Amino acid sequence: MPALLDVSGVTLRYKTSSAVVTATERVGFSVDRSDRFVLLGPSGCGKSTLLKAVGGYIKPSEGSMRINGRDISGPGADRMMIFQEFDQLLPWKSVLGNVMFPLLMTRRLPRKEAEQRARAYLEKVGLTRVVDAYPHTLSGGMKQRVAIARGMAMEPDILLMDEPFAALDALTRRTCQDELLQLWGETRFTVLFVTHSIAEAIKIGNRILLLSPHPGRVKAEVIDVDQVSSEDGSAARLERQIHDLLFAGSATAH
Amino acid sequence: MGEAKILIRDDAIATSDTHGEVERKLGVTELLWNDGFVRKAVIIVVLAAIWEAYGSLLDNPLLFPTFHDTVLALVDRVRDGTIPLRAWASLKVLFMGYAAGITLAAILTIVAISTRIGTDFLETVTAMFNPLPAIALLPLALIWFGLGNGSLVFVLIHSVLWPVALNTHSGFKGVSNTLRMVGRNYGLRGFPYVVRILIPAGFGAILTGLKIGWAFAWRTLIAAELVFGVSSGQGGLGWFIFENRNLLDIPAVFAGLLTVILIGLVVENLIFRTIERNTVQKWGTQS
Repeated sequence: MPALLDVSGVTLRYKTSSAVVTATERVGFSVDRSDRFVLLGPSGCGKSTLLKAVGGYIKPSEGSMRINGRDISGPGADRMMIFQEFDQLLPWKSVLGNVMFPLLMTRRLPRKEAEQRARAYLEKVGLTRVVDAYPHTLSGGMKQRVAIARGMAMEPDILLMDEPFAALDALTRRTCQDELLQLWGETRFTVLFVTHSIAEAIKIGNRILLLSPHPGRVKAEVIDVDQVSSEDGSAARLERQIHDLLFAGSATAH
Repeated sequence: MGEAKILIRDDAIATSDTHGEVERKLGVTELLWNDGFVRKAVIIVVLAAIWEAYGSLLDNPLLFPTFHDTVLALVDRVRDGTIPLRAWASLKVLFMGYAAGITLAAILTIVAISTRIGTDFLETVTAMFNPLPAIALLPLALIWFGLGNGSLVFVLIHSVLWPVALNTHSGFKGVSNTLRMVGRNYGLRGFPYVVRILIPAGFGAILTGLKIGWAFAWRTLIAAELVFGVSSGQGGLGWFIFENRNLLDIPAVFAGLLTVILIGLVVENLIFRTIERNTVQKWGTQS
């Protein structure tokens, strides 16, 4: 079976006011259906840029990106983005309105069915009590849950999550991670997840792509991540190994 | 190695029968004083009292009529239908100019956000024309459009267009990159993107522009009517003020000014406040 998302030899460059910066250089990976694929690396390794390229916001200057065998040519609702920023919710729409918005804008469903589906997904993320509230009255964790419900309600080919829990406090972050895994257990969606936290990568992912910075290149791929567990210490060991791998270069350089 | 212990201290259960003060009802005066409307009403009453006192002290209705003389003149002129008629004549012209100005501003800003040269154009023309008082164009407008509503509408458009365009544009520019990406994620582009994302996201700034545009237009109109007001036999409020000054009916002049103020207050506090409460305040994008 061909991969759901196939990225091969992708180089991404962006212009600042004074220079052209290479964010990633010849990066390749492929994501299968129901993967929880994590892009992990220190800041400056171009992982967010890579995710935005998959989202269709940035055109690669070399290499190809295909989803379901089609070339990615621009943003589209088959790849739903979930951002780190809390302002990704539309402040002028209620929680329910926010989840319904993409369903209606893409004419995926008529209003009535869109509302039913939105309510169903809001129930999944445990937000039935606040469906009529406006985003500014919600806590950070609730806002991110709404964003996740909005992404999942579209039932996209792949969910693209750009450090969605990075701005949350530690306790809420753990709850949100657990809930995401629970949701995955229910619907087995495919997710491409960007993070700079090794622990989060191990907790969320079943596969991890390690990227090195300046410019971002693939350093290693970790598979069968879901086999480790935090009880017998194997997760901590893996965390140690990944840490050494990522910072090996900088440790010898100093 | 020792082990930490957890000591359960359920204070909430132990003291549940001696509940402390969680919520205290406020007194009636406190509640009233917390209402901004009440506080402002008190200020207006005090100002009216000062006016009345100064007016009776001066005792010269030709220079400065008292508050109650003005109110009597106002009631009189409202009853015989002159003030409502004149106010309606003014408002009709105002609506025409306001609507046309907003439409032009919308077209200009939509062109401005879609192309870079459009942005440059908007920035250059607003920088040129915004500082130019609309009333300064009136002599020219009279030559171009004659002694009619056309001239008035022309200067009104000038007074509305630039502030609305400027604020709308800065509202669009202020929309966060995340929201822009969210909108494009759902395949929104072109006109639907503007209507579904940019306008609601920048609504706070747009509303500010509409408010400034309204205030400019109202001032400009009254001033323009003072210069020339009679068109098709029926002038507006500005003409009413001018006319009564010529008749030395000063209480009526004051009544006319009061009407200008009242209409301004009603639009600002009723119409714009209601829009604000139901949009930007409800959305939490502006307090």
